[in-house]
Amino acid sequence: MTTTDMVGLAAASLLRFATAGSVDDGKSTLVGRLLHDSKSVLADQLDAVERASRHRGAAAPDLALLTDGLRAEREQGITIDVAHRYFATPRRRFILADTPGHVQYTRNMVTGASTAGLAVVLVDARNGVVEQTRRHAAVAALLRVPHVVLAVNKMDLVGYAESVFAAIAGEFTAYASRLGIGEVTAIPVSALAGDNVVVPSAHMDWYGGPTVLEHLESVPVGTDPTTSAARFPVQYVIRPQTPGHRDYRGYAGQIACGVFRVGDRVAVLPSGRTSTITAIDALGTSVDLAWAPQSVTLRLADDLDISRGDLITPTTSAPPTTRDIEATVCHLADRPLRTGDRVLLKHTTRTVKAIVKDLPSRLSLDDLTHTPHPTHLTANDIGRITLRTSEPLALDPYTNSRHTGSFLLIDPTDGTTLTAGMAGTSFAAPAAPVSTDGEWDF
Amino acid sequence: MLSHVDVLESEAVHVFREVAGEFERPVMLFSGGKDSIVMLHLALKAFAPAAVPFALLHVDTGHNFPEVLAYRDRVVAEHGLRLHVASVQEFIDDGRLRERGDGTRNPLQTVPLLEAIGRHRFDAVFGGGRRDEEKARAKERVFSLRDEFGGWDPRRQRPELWQLYNGRHAPGEHVRVFPLSNFTELDVWQYIAREKIELPSIYFAHEREVFAREGMWLAPGGWGGPREGERVERRLVRYRTVGDMSCTGAVDSDAVTIEAVIAEITASRLTERGATRADDKLSEAAMEDRKREGYF
Repeated sequence: MTTTDMVGLAAASLLRFATAGSVDDGKSTLVGRLLHDSKSVLADQLDAVERASRHRGAAAPDLALLTDGLRAEREQGITIDVAHRYFATPRRRFILADTPGHVQYTRNMVTGASTAGLAVVLVDARNGVVEQTRRHAAVAALLRVPHVVLAVNKMDLVGYAESVFAAIAGEFTAYASRLGIGEVTAIPVSALAGDNVVVPSAHMDWYGGPTVLEHLESVPVGTDPTTSAARFPVQYVIRPQTPGHRDYRGYAGQIACGVFRVGDRVAVLPSGRTSTITAIDALGTSVDLAWAPQSVTLRLADDLDISRGDLITPTTSAPPTTRDIEATVCHLADRPLRTGDRVLLKHTTRTVKAIVKDLPSRLSLDDLTHTPHPTHLTANDIGRITLRTSEPLALDPYTNSRHTGSFLLIDPTDGTTLTAGMAGTSFAAPAAPVSTDGEWDF
Repeated sequence: MLSHVDVLESEAVHVFREVAGEFERPVMLFSGGKDSIVMLHLALKAFAPAAVPFALLHVDTGHNFPEVLAYRDRVVAEHGLRLHVASVQEFIDDGRLRERGDGTRNPLQTVPLLEAIGRHRFDAVFGGGRRDEEKARAKERVFSLRDEFGGWDPRRQRPELWQLYNGRHAPGEHVRVFPLSNFTELDVWQYIAREKIELPSIYFAHEREVFAREGMWLAPGGWGGPREGERVERRLVRYRTVGDMSCTGAVDSDAVTIEAVIAEITASRLTERGATRADDKLSEAAMEDRKREGYF
């Protein structure tokens, strides 16, 4: 490798993406094909897959075995839990959250989608858009994954017919736009045969778009930090109290969004006290400005009472603080969530007590209908919730910030992660009043 | 725009600070291998100019490479760190552990590790594990709750969303924390190159005595090699991973600089563990099974 190549690799951008598909849509095969054809599978891994495939009596290496890492997954031939895969091309590095498609693991897709910059929704060309497809699209929309790819798989089994692809792509795109997904890239593929995953297909002359990998390599990543309001949750206060740094007091944290500059007037929430940034230490170097997602240490002109859980924000764009939260949630735990439950709420670096005041509605991801006032939410349910917290929180709407608009509910008795929350309104919020016949007007 | 290495660094620092902010008694596993060295470098940056607010814990198998132990002691002294050592040899000497027939001590580490965690009441234990290393590790969370026996149950893991890590645990339980989860072997080397981090010399090509066993070059030593019929020879080699001498193999290499190492692993057709770790070859689920028992 030349020095130029190395510099290129070092400076490459990072795309996190998640895959979603029903059990037999061939998701593991697609992921295996992506890794295999991009030469990200090394000889010893392939040997292990070939050995295991032979052991199972299979004629050809089963690429799905590359990704199913747990004993129980290999035994049952299904993916139980989210796994992370890493691969790189000269243009970009990738972190893939490989999420299971089973209905009972919707929470795992929510988990994978929470950090993804792109979601690949897989459809079997023979079956077209099914309930599970709609569920996956809804989760991607709810979690605000910036880019959605529809991979119409098993094109080899429908004679590589353009009409089949066009009909599925049309139906999905129409559904996605109702969910507020701006743009869908639809790609006809055969994961088994390798069409349009990494290598362009020789069977579909009518398709002029990119392969899955080309699209992953070229989709824009990240957002322009200058377009969002700056937010800095304080993680840890650094006070060395050593002879060289007697008066050093720095507020360490990761910038959640936006840009901070030396000289900015800032407010500290929830107290509302104000000061000015005098220095930004970016892991060892002093800088004039820093932006998300950098981990830095801020120093302020005034000695304020600031601790873990506080939010530093420019005085010009401070969010309101509130103890009453309305949000869309995905319930994750086996134990149900009920009105009146006392929970812990973790938002950025702050954990407070909270009470579930009400469950206004539960959303069916299959057809986007609402059940008003359910008695409880069970695992994998998506619903609306209102909460009252013991202390004020500076929450942004999730539509503005995936970092400062998200939270977890935690069981205070044993620490179980109960629920994932997204503050503010979303398509999961029914237009008031909630109709009782299950119909819902966009 | 930030490069992918910048993003990974920033996230790892975030993880260190979360643990320091939420736990009472964290500790960092430190073996003197490249991953733990990178982990320590990140911890030093996360809390600078203050000191790292936790101690190090080394599980010493008794069959460590001398260069690595020397390196360990040097960095501990240089940064004024506190080091706890949990010794497999002590456990064997007093009868709490028995030597295995194959001479490998890697699986024996779990017992002294869990004993040290219990005795010091550590509630968070940083490990340098990376998800790209092995398929069971690909399923690992950044914060991984372990029960009172140190066990990992992959079916009962907490979902991990956004960057909201849940460190709640009951008395007796602890959390394993993996700040390098999203680094790959290449990322680690690129970070070492960028930050100019010093490594033990065995990571770079050097002549040493080795003998062949099951397709790997092992270093002779008091741990029990070579056996009869195994011939020692001098070769130009380096190590891709550093662990117990009985199961860590060297690879043929002439890479004497970081740049040459990066070029070598970029071109390699073998994974780091496939090339150099005997213990992962024991069965298809070797790592998963060890992790269930409390191995990091």
